[in-house]
Amino acid sequence: MRIICPVKRVPDTAAEKRMNEADWTVDRDASDPILNANDEWGIEEAMRIKERVDGTEVIALCMGPESAQQTIRKALSYGLDGAIQVTDDAVAGSDAAATARVLAAALAEEEFDLLIMGNQSSDARTTLVPAMLAELLDLPALTFVKHLEVDGERLLAHRETPNGHVAVETSAPAVVSVVEAINEPRYPSFKGIMAAKKKPLEVKDLAALGVDPATVGHAGSATQVLEVTPRPPRQAGAKVEDDGSGQAGATAIADWLAEQKLL
Amino acid sequence: MTDILVLTDHDGAAPKKVATQLLTAARGLADDAAALLLGEGAQGAAEKVGAYGAATAYVCDAPEVDAHDTEPKTAALLAALEASGASVVLYPAEPFASDVVARAAARVGGGVIGDVSDLAREGEGIVATKQIFGGDMTSRCTVRPGLPAFLGVKPNAFAASEVGGSPADVVPLDVAFDERATRVRVVEVVEESSGGRPEMTEASMIVTGGRGLGDAEGFALIEELADALGAAVGASRAATDAGWYPHQHQIGQTGKTVAPQLYLGAGVSGAIQHRAGMQTSQRIIAINKDPEAPIFSIADLGVVGDLYKVIPPLIEEVRKRAS
Repeated sequence: MRIICPVKRVPDTAAEKRMNEADWTVDRDASDPILNANDEWGIEEAMRIKERVDGTEVIALCMGPESAQQTIRKALSYGLDGAIQVTDDAVAGSDAAATARVLAAALAEEEFDLLIMGNQSSDARTTLVPAMLAELLDLPALTFVKHLEVDGERLLAHRETPNGHVAVETSAPAVVSVVEAINEPRYPSFKGIMAAKKKPLEVKDLAALGVDPATVGHAGSATQVLEVTPRPPRQAGAKVEDDGSGQAGATAIADWLAEQKLL
Repeated sequence: MTDILVLTDHDGAAPKKVATQLLTAARGLADDAAALLLGEGAQGAAEKVGAYGAATAYVCDAPEVDAHDTEPKTAALLAALEASGASVVLYPAEPFASDVVARAAARVGGGVIGDVSDLAREGEGIVATKQIFGGDMTSRCTVRPGLPAFLGVKPNAFAASEVGGSPADVVPLDVAFDERATRVRVVEVVEESSGGRPEMTEASMIVTGGRGLGDAEGFALIEELADALGAAVGASRAATDAGWYPHQHQIGQTGKTVAPQLYLGAGVSGAIQHRAGMQTSQRIIAINKDPEAPIFSIADLGVVGDLYKVIPPLIEEVRKRAS
């Protein structure tokens, strides 16, 4: 079995964000980039299949600038077999659909049984790429998955809903997007971190994939950002010390709710 | 010609609350909005969209729609776009509808903007406003002129209002479901009891429990307070990771983003990953033993105290004043 895990380099949530005012993209040099946490759940799920099914190969696929190789090595440190990077100045500013076009072009050249990825990236948070990718590759998609069973070609998944799940089944090859409830990702071992440095990394640009640069990136995206403005930070309001009995705190909250016409 | 098509969720008898909000929003953006209702019972709810200003209701209640996942709905949406001539689709910004729309947009080369909190017509196009980076920034964006636009609207972004229009003209869609539309089969729908509480992303009030609860049993108290207020129950990542409450209730970067009228956090410290999921709430109350907890820096009202001492009398106060 061959599994490809699309992964994304994202700015650390805790870091202050800055926007490039020329095109309203995130200034990725302004904050420390990390591997998208949601994609770690995808990698973990792929590794569990690899450990169970002999001969399984797991490959990471990452679209991003050359400097994203640090993130790719992080992904490889979980024990993956290799990685493909798509890097090209023209992909900067791609929206979800343009990103899916680039990834689909890279995947069209690959053999695989499963694509497993996080349900969203922690920066853009659109959740759109897995379904778009499936559409462009003409594959079934199992998205927002919190439980996955792989039995040969047969796939059974539980899709998370607000009050439970929907069980769905299909056949590989397919696209799978996972939510946090699916597993508890491992930490990379020292051996894995050392081995990651020597794993094969294939680097491709748009020309190698036969993608017209005009169809991706800022210029080729159907959506356009007109303006981004920081929101004024919230101010702290009243702070009440409870008297130890709970009654003072309870009364303060109830009074405030009544004042706000919420009671 | 119809300008806007609204993906209208329904319960078999009437459009759901979020759908009525979307229909109201569509009315404010275009003279002629149509609705699309899918699945079992779609016929029964279709005429009722007229009350919200939609003159036409496209309907597809073929059994394939519910028996298979996502793709039959995408096929029906594409058929409705074709039949109506609409160039803009409004849909509820929730995961499963986003999937349906993502596939349609990839097929027709359209642009998708999700989590929209406001919409305005500006010239030929529609400008969408959304919060990004956990509410740290506000983005105004649009879909390039001439391309189909798919706009996902957050629950409660618009207040629903009826216009007393006549029943909508119901148009059945004839959709051909090929093999690709039926390749993912729905095996089972499993719903755990919601305890009669509202859904978290649609609720006007949310009571959230965090690490400070100490154990799973603590959520009984959170639920009791939520029920007294008529609120939904949320949980921090620490609480869902510990297995104290189901993951689908998690608020924050790896869970849901919520913006209710009232967020009340008990034993929630307010790490940045949690704040990214709730800091655009209209009002925030925090109860925490630690006076230095970061959540106090964004709370409109903070109570420094033991939640197990504060919440029981608070439940009494709420019940007393509500009756």
